[in-house]
Amino acid sequence: MKYLVKKIITLIMTLFLVSVLAFLAFQIIPGDVVTSILGTEATPEREEALRKELGLDLPPVVRYFSWAGNVLKGDFGNSYRFSKNMNQMMPVAELIGDKLPVTLLLAAISMVLIAVIAIPLGVFWARSKNRFLDAVLSMGTQTAMAVPSFFLGVLVTYLFGILLKWFSPGGYVSYKEDFWGCISYLLFPAISVAIPKIAMTARFLRNSMLTENGADYVRTAYSKGASERRVAYFHVLRNAMMPVVTFLGMIIAEIVAGSIVVEQVFGLPGIGKLLISSISTRDFPVVEILILYITFVVIFVYFLVDVLYRVIDPRISNK
Amino acid sequence: MKKIGAWFRDQNAYFLVGLAMTGLAVMLGILSFFWTPYGTTAMSAAERFHGPSLRHIFGTDNFGRDIFSRVMQGIGTTVIVSSLIVLISAGAGILIGAITGYFGGLLDEVIMRVTDAINSFPSILLALVVISILGRGKQNVIFSLGIVFTPSYVRIVRSEFIRLRDADYIMRARLMGVKKLRILFVHILPNIFSVFWVSVTIGFNNAILAESGMSYLGIGVQHPEASLGNMLSDAQGYLGRAPWYALSSGLTIVWIVLGFALLSEGIRRKQEGRK
Amino acid sequence: MKKKFSITLMALLLVAALGGCAGGKSPEDKSSAPDSTVESQGSTQNQTPAVDPKYGGKVVVGVQQDIDSLDPHKATAAGTKEILFNIFEGLLKVNENGSLICAVASDYSVSEDGLTYTFTLRDNVKFHNGKNVTAEDVKYSLERASGLLDGTPLISSLATIQSVTIVDEHTVQVTTGSANLELIYSFTTAIIPAGSGEEEGSNPIGTGPFSFVSYKPQEGLVVKKNPDYWQEGLPYLDEVNFKIVSGADTALLELKGHSIDLYSYLTDSQAAELANEYQILSAPSDALQAMFLNNKVAPFDNVKVRQAVCYAMDRDLINEFVVGGNGAIISAAMLPTLKDYYVDLNDVYGTGANIEKAKQLLAEAGYPNGISFTVIVPSNYEAHVQTADVVAEQLKAANIDCQIELVDWNTWLEDVYRQGRAYQASICAITCDMTPSYLMVRFQTGHKKNFINFSSAEYDAAYKKAEASMNLADKAKYYKEAQEIFVKEAGTAFIQDPPITIALSKNLAGYKFYPIYVQDMSTVYFINK
Repeated sequence: MKYLVKKIITLIMTLFLVSVLAFLAFQIIPGDVVTSILGTEATPEREEALRKELGLDLPPVVRYFSWAGNVLKGDFGNSYRFSKNMNQMMPVAELIGDKLPVTLLLAAISMVLIAVIAIPLGVFWARSKNRFLDAVLSMGTQTAMAVPSFFLGVLVTYLFGILLKWFSPGGYVSYKEDFWGCISYLLFPAISVAIPKIAMTARFLRNSMLTENGADYVRTAYSKGASERRVAYFHVLRNAMMPVVTFLGMIIAEIVAGSIVVEQVFGLPGIGKLLISSISTRDFPVVEILILYITFVVIFVYFLVDVLYRVIDPRISNK
Repeated sequence: MKKIGAWFRDQNAYFLVGLAMTGLAVMLGILSFFWTPYGTTAMSAAERFHGPSLRHIFGTDNFGRDIFSRVMQGIGTTVIVSSLIVLISAGAGILIGAITGYFGGLLDEVIMRVTDAINSFPSILLALVVISILGRGKQNVIFSLGIVFTPSYVRIVRSEFIRLRDADYIMRARLMGVKKLRILFVHILPNIFSVFWVSVTIGFNNAILAESGMSYLGIGVQHPEASLGNMLSDAQGYLGRAPWYALSSGLTIVWIVLGFALLSEGIRRKQEGRK
Repeated sequence: MKKKFSITLMALLLVAALGGCAGGKSPEDKSSAPDSTVESQGSTQNQTPAVDPKYGGKVVVGVQQDIDSLDPHKATAAGTKEILFNIFEGLLKVNENGSLICAVASDYSVSEDGLTYTFTLRDNVKFHNGKNVTAEDVKYSLERASGLLDGTPLISSLATIQSVTIVDEHTVQVTTGSANLELIYSFTTAIIPAGSGEEEGSNPIGTGPFSFVSYKPQEGLVVKKNPDYWQEGLPYLDEVNFKIVSGADTALLELKGHSIDLYSYLTDSQAAELANEYQILSAPSDALQAMFLNNKVAPFDNVKVRQAVCYAMDRDLINEFVVGGNGAIISAAMLPTLKDYYVDLNDVYGTGANIEKAKQLLAEAGYPNGISFTVIVPSNYEAHVQTADVVAEQLKAANIDCQIELVDWNTWLEDVYRQGRAYQASICAITCDMTPSYLMVRFQTGHKKNFINFSSAEYDAAYKKAEASMNLADKAKYYKEAQEIFVKEAGTAFIQDPPITIALSKNLAGYKFYPIYVQDMSTVYFINK
C-alpha cells in the first residue's frame, strides 16, 4: 500500500515537471499559434484580437495555472488549430480520443507479433548448440536491427503493397467503419514496427539466458537432477526474463507513445503524427496533453514492469 | 608476418567480418576528407538520375551529383556525429544508471523523475528549444540528441545494476572492503557488457536517423553537405525513379551499423570463450 | 454552365463605374482580358468537357495541408481555401480564367465615385440547409467579415466597408470609405446564413456546389453533391473526399496504390514516374519564387552585391534542375500571366550565369575576395530546398559562399517575415492574388509586408502613380516603370514562376486549373467507358 502511494506521488510529480517543461518550451521556441494561424497575412489588429480570443494576452504564469486548473478539473481545453465545426474548436479530449485507438491497435498488434515470435525464438536460440544456426540467427537479427525504420517501412510497402498487392498503401480505413479491415491494414505497419524489435528482444533474451545459465543456482538445479528442459523453462527463463521485461516495457512505451515514422509512411492518423503536426503549428493545448499522455504511459508501463519484477524475483521487495 | 597470421587465427569470424566492414567504411570516410572521385556538390544537368555504372558506381542523384562521393562524405559526417551522440548518451547513461541503480534512495528518485520527463519529451520540441537557446549548428544536434538518448541507457544500466548489486560476488567484494567506485566500474560494469552493447548498437542506428530528422529543423547536418541520414531522406522522393539513391544511402547505414554490431559481437564472444 | 457571365478585371478597371455581370461582355473585354491560362509557356492543360459527361461517383483528392478552420471568414491557409472553394461562394466568384463571375449575386453596379456597390441577388440560390439566400444573410456575412459586427475585420481587405444596407429583399448596397478598384475581388467572400456565427453554424453551410459532410483532423474532409446548386448541371460527382496526405513521398506511394484519384503539387520526378498510370497535367502555379535579399543587412545593403548575386545565378539551370524546365523565368514582382502589367526584364541580368560580371561587381563593392552569407529556407517546401542547393553551388563560382539553413515554417515566419528581419537571404515564394497591387505594394519603403526592406523613392513614386491611375494604360505604364526600377536596384533575386503538376485518374475528366489556389471539383466527372 505504501508502495502504491509512493508510486502515485512520483507519477504526479513527474507529470507536473513535464507539463512545466513543455509550457516553458512553448515560451522559448520561435513563433506561436497566432503567427502560425495568420501566417504572412497577419495584421497587428487581427493578431491582437486572436491573442485575446485564445487567452494568450495574459501573463504566462496565469496562463499555466489556469490551464493546469482546468486539466485537474478534467477539462483538457480546445485545440487552437483543429475546428469541430464552424464556430467551435475541437476539444483536445475528443481529438486525442479519436486518434488514440489507432496507435493502441498498432501497438497491440505489434506487441503480439513481438511476443509470439521473439520469446520462443530467444529460448530456442539460447538452447541451440548448433554453431551454424547460431551464426545465421546472429547475422539475421543483427541485420534486422541495422535497417533504418523508415527504410523498412518503405520496403514493406513496396513488397506487400505494390508488388504483392496484399494491401493498398494509404488505404487506411477507420476502425469505426470497418474494424477488421482496419486490423488487416494495421498488420503491415505492425510488421515494420515489429521486425527490429523482434530481433532485439530475441537477442536480449538469449544473452540473458546464457548469462543465467552460468549462475550458481542453475548448476545447483542440474546437480539436483532437474531435466534440462525444466531448468531452461522454469529457472533460467524466469530469471532471464527480468531484463527482457524492462526491455519489452520500453518497447511498449515507445510504440504506445506513437511511432512517428511508421505512421507517416503508412498514412496512419495516430498519436505520433498528431504530435508532430501540433508542434509545428504550435497548438499548445494538444501538445501539452499529448506529452502528459506519453509521460503517463511511460511511467505506468515502468510501474507494471516494477511490479512484474517483484513477482518474478521476490528478492527485490525484501530490500 | 607469422604474428599477424596467429592474430588472425585467434579471432572469430564475427570479429573479422565486423572489422572488415567497419574498417572499409571508416577508411572511405577518412579518405573523403582528402579526396572523393567527384566533387560532393558538383552538379551536372546532363547526368541526372544515372544508374550505377563504371563512371558512377552508385549512380547519380537528382542534381547529377555522384552518389558514391556523397556517400563517402556522408560516412565521414555520420560516423563522427553519431559516435559523439552515442558517446555522450551512453557515457551519461552509464554514469547515471550505475549510481542510481547501485545506491538507490532519494538521488535515484530525483534522477529517475528527470529521466522520465526527458524520455517523454518530444525530441522535436527539445530540438526547437535547443535552437532558440544555443542557435543552429552541427554541435547542437549532437548535444540535443545526446540528451534525448540518455534515458534509454540509464534505464538499461540501472536495471542491470539493481540486478547485480545483490549478486554473491558483489556481496563478497563489499565485505572484503573493496571501494565503491571499484565495485561499480570494475566488478559490475564489465558484466553488463552484453546487455549494454545491444542498446549501443540500436542507439547508433537511431542516432544516424535522428540526425537526419533534425536537419529538417535547422540543426543537424545542413544541405548541401551530405550525411547518410539526410541523403536517405532526400532519396525518399525518388524511390521509383532512382532506387539506387535510397539503396546506396540506406544500405550504407545498414553496412556500418551491422559492421559495428558484428565487431562488438565478436569481442563479446571472445570474452565468453575465455571464461 | 449555360449562364456564365463574366467580367474581367481589366474591363472593370476600364469601366469601373458600370459594373454588372449581365452586361459585361463589352468589346474591350476580349482585347484586354488577362486570360491567365492561355499562352504562358503554353503548358496549361484545362480539360474541355466531353460530349457525354457521366453523373455520379466518388473521388478521393489528396491534399497536403490540414484544414485550419471550417469558418470561411477565418480560414487563412491556402490549403483550406482550396477545399472550401467547393462549399462556399461569395456574391461573386473567380472562374478558371481569373475573371469574376456572378454567384450569389446576379448583377451589380458600382457608383461613379467608386464608393457604393449595389448587388442584386440571384433568385434561386439555396443554402445547403435548404433555405433561400436572403438579403439578411448577405448583410450578415459582409458585416461579419468586415468587422462591422464586433470590430475585428476577419477579411482585412473588406475593412474599408462602412455600411451594408438592405435596399429591398433582392438588393444590397455596400458603402466604402475610399475608392479602390481592386476591392471588387473581395466580394468573393463567402455568404453564410445570417446568425450562423451562433446557432445555425454547427456545420459549415454555404451555397457552393458541394455541401459539408464530415471533417476529421489529419484524415480529411468529405463533401457531397449539392442538388440545389444554382449552376444547372453542376456538379457531376456525388461525393468528394479531400484526404490529407502526410507528405509528398507518402503521396507517391498512395498514388501507386491507387488510394487517391487526384493529387496536385507533384514534383517533376514524381510526375515522370506516374506518367503511365495517371493523366499528368500542368499549369503555371502563379507564385513568384525568389532568393529574397535583405536590403538592410550586410552584404546585401550594397546594390552592387545584390546585382552580383543576380548575375551569378544561373536561373535556366535552376529551372531545369528543380522543375524540369517547366517554370517561367521572372525578374521582377509580376506574373507573366498578368500580361498587361508584365514587362520582360530577364535580359537585365541574363537568365544564365555571368560570373565575370558578378566578380567585377563584388570587387567594385569592396569584396574582391568574395562574400559569405546564410540563406534561410523553410524546410517544408521541397522545391525551395532544392533551389537552395543549386544556388549555393552556382554562387561558388563567383567566390560567393552561401550557407543553407533549413528552418520550420513558424521559425521562418518569426525570423524572416516578422519583426526580426535580421536574416541575410531567404529562398521562398510569394503566392498570387489576382491583383497586380498585391504583388507590388509590399516593396514600398516601410510597408509592413516589405520583409526585404527594399527602399527606393523612385519605386515608391511609380507605385503610387500606378495605384492612383484610373485607366489601364497609365496603370500598366507605371507598374512597368516600378518593375524596371526594382530590377535595376536588384531589390531581390527573382527566379521563376514554378509550374504546378497534377496526377488525375485516367477515369476522370473536366479538371480545370485556376490562377488562384483552389481545387474546383464541380466540373470533374467520370468518363463513360
